[in-house]
Amino acid sequence: MNRREILIGACATLLSGPTRAEETFKTEEVAPGIHFRRGVDEDATPTNSGAIANIGFIVGRDAVAVMDPGGSLIDGQRLRATIRQTTKLPIRYVVLSHVHPDHIFGAGAFIQDKPQFVGHALLPNALTQRGEFYRGNLDKILGAGKAGPIVQPTLLVKDKTSLDLGGRVLRVTAHGIAHSDCDLSAVDSQTRTLMLSDLLFVQRVPSLDGSLKGWVAELVKLKAVGARRAVPGHGPTGVDWPSASHDLERYLGVLLRETRQAIAKGVDIGQAAKTVALSERERWKLFDDYNGHNVTRAYKELEWD
Amino acid sequence: MGLSKSSVMVGVLLLAALQPAFADDQDAQERAARWKQLQESIFPKREVLDSGGIITVDAPPRALDAALVPVELHMSSPVKGIYLIIDDNPAPMAAHFVFGPKADPHDLKFRVRVNAYTNIHAVAETQDGKLHAATKFVKAAGGCSAPAGSDEAAAMADMGRMKLRLLGDFNAGKPMQAQLMIRHPNFNGMQMNQITRMYTPARFIRTIDATYNGGQVFHMDADISLATDPVITFGFVPHEKGQMTVVAQDSSDARFDHSFDVPGTPAPAG
Repeated sequence: MNRREILIGACATLLSGPTRAEETFKTEEVAPGIHFRRGVDEDATPTNSGAIANIGFIVGRDAVAVMDPGGSLIDGQRLRATIRQTTKLPIRYVVLSHVHPDHIFGAGAFIQDKPQFVGHALLPNALTQRGEFYRGNLDKILGAGKAGPIVQPTLLVKDKTSLDLGGRVLRVTAHGIAHSDCDLSAVDSQTRTLMLSDLLFVQRVPSLDGSLKGWVAELVKLKAVGARRAVPGHGPTGVDWPSASHDLERYLGVLLRETRQAIAKGVDIGQAAKTVALSERERWKLFDDYNGHNVTRAYKELEWD
Repeated sequence: MGLSKSSVMVGVLLLAALQPAFADDQDAQERAARWKQLQESIFPKREVLDSGGIITVDAPPRALDAALVPVELHMSSPVKGIYLIIDDNPAPMAAHFVFGPKADPHDLKFRVRVNAYTNIHAVAETQDGKLHAATKFVKAAGGCSAPAGSDEAAAMADMGRMKLRLLGDFNAGKPMQAQLMIRHPNFNGMQMNQITRMYTPARFIRTIDATYNGGQVFHMDADISLATDPVITFGFVPHEKGQMTVVAQDSSDARFDHSFDVPGTPAPAG
């Protein structure tokens, strides 16, 4: 969609990143039995194979759950190899936290395990609308066929559901429109760990694709969840909760306030994209790549109020 | 000079959508050839002159959101109308805007979709019928086939809702800027429907007429390149308080109209 992706797409046939599927990667055990790989703070490139989001797995007594299978087929295959290095237990659930490609295109690697693919009730719609578009873009970046298949969820969450791993239950919540229109979070009550995917960004600039007002509202609810540790979709794999929400809340607050001010003053959308939330510029990685887009989204949402 | 060929254009753009973005790495020579070809089809047997300072066009060199690229036009003299042409979009003619007697024809802002790296041409038609073109190169891709978002579903729900925002203070007889917003998904025929997996049929705002106290401010013919929820900023010259009436018609012949109060001070007598 953006210039970089197009340029990279053009180069994708010339460069070839690492492609061996049996490779494993380093994960961090953020709480006992909860392992996450930290994604790099970049956009997808042939070199990083789309491994840019935090993805991981939770090991119970009887089974394993994956929360976010990864940003490409190869990212998913490496996650699977990494799980197999740790445990031989069956992979019973693969949680697809939302529609964005950096989180879910690894799902194809897990089809052989015949898990339940768990998604928000609105995920099928979102995937039908956008899946091929995302896959086309990712293939342009990584090389034809490397994105991976589009895997639809088999277990839909409308409100809440529980995933039993034996002696360990993950409670999955379907959120209202926030970061996207199909966000899921999961809590492991045993370790009081809240896996938030892109409902939480740390260090990497947030990206808004749902509703600014909705995201602010969902964060208020999430802070009341009795967790002491959270796993963000981007940034360090384990952070204190709810204190780690401060930066995100501050950013969203500035975005909301300054976009409203721009609209009230008659500053047009193009100018607003260049001026809103600049006080946040030094605080986030990839700020220049996403902030203007976030302002555009926010402006479009708020100008009809 | 209408845009009544829209349905044909939509057919053509569906074919274009199935091809890879052909124009991404087009060089300057190809762009010039493209523009020459467009000139011949849009302005047959007419000469298109340089901008000559009469018109300028501005847009972000690299679009933040290809489905919503703000474009600003400035005209230094009172022109009859302008054509906004996005060379490498499936239907290049984005808008033809004709100023009425109540208009202040100096500044215009649009929000457009941009499908590939492209030149955007703004062509002004002067009162004596001369054409002057200004150019801006924009790097953006995928704005036409970018999938509809959830806010687009909301837009469909209150299609036809309008807002008019007055920018600046009312001074009788002095130009005033206004921003017209119309809720409309402006489906361009390239977005896939979530249920049927078929392309959502094109449905877009085709004409907008604005009058102030009965006098024409502008008439616009538009096509599929305007962004979802079209927003147009234009100038008009109110001599007294009154009503801005807007009538929009879409490609399915739905008609939306709304009148907005423009509060002001009475014009001086005489």
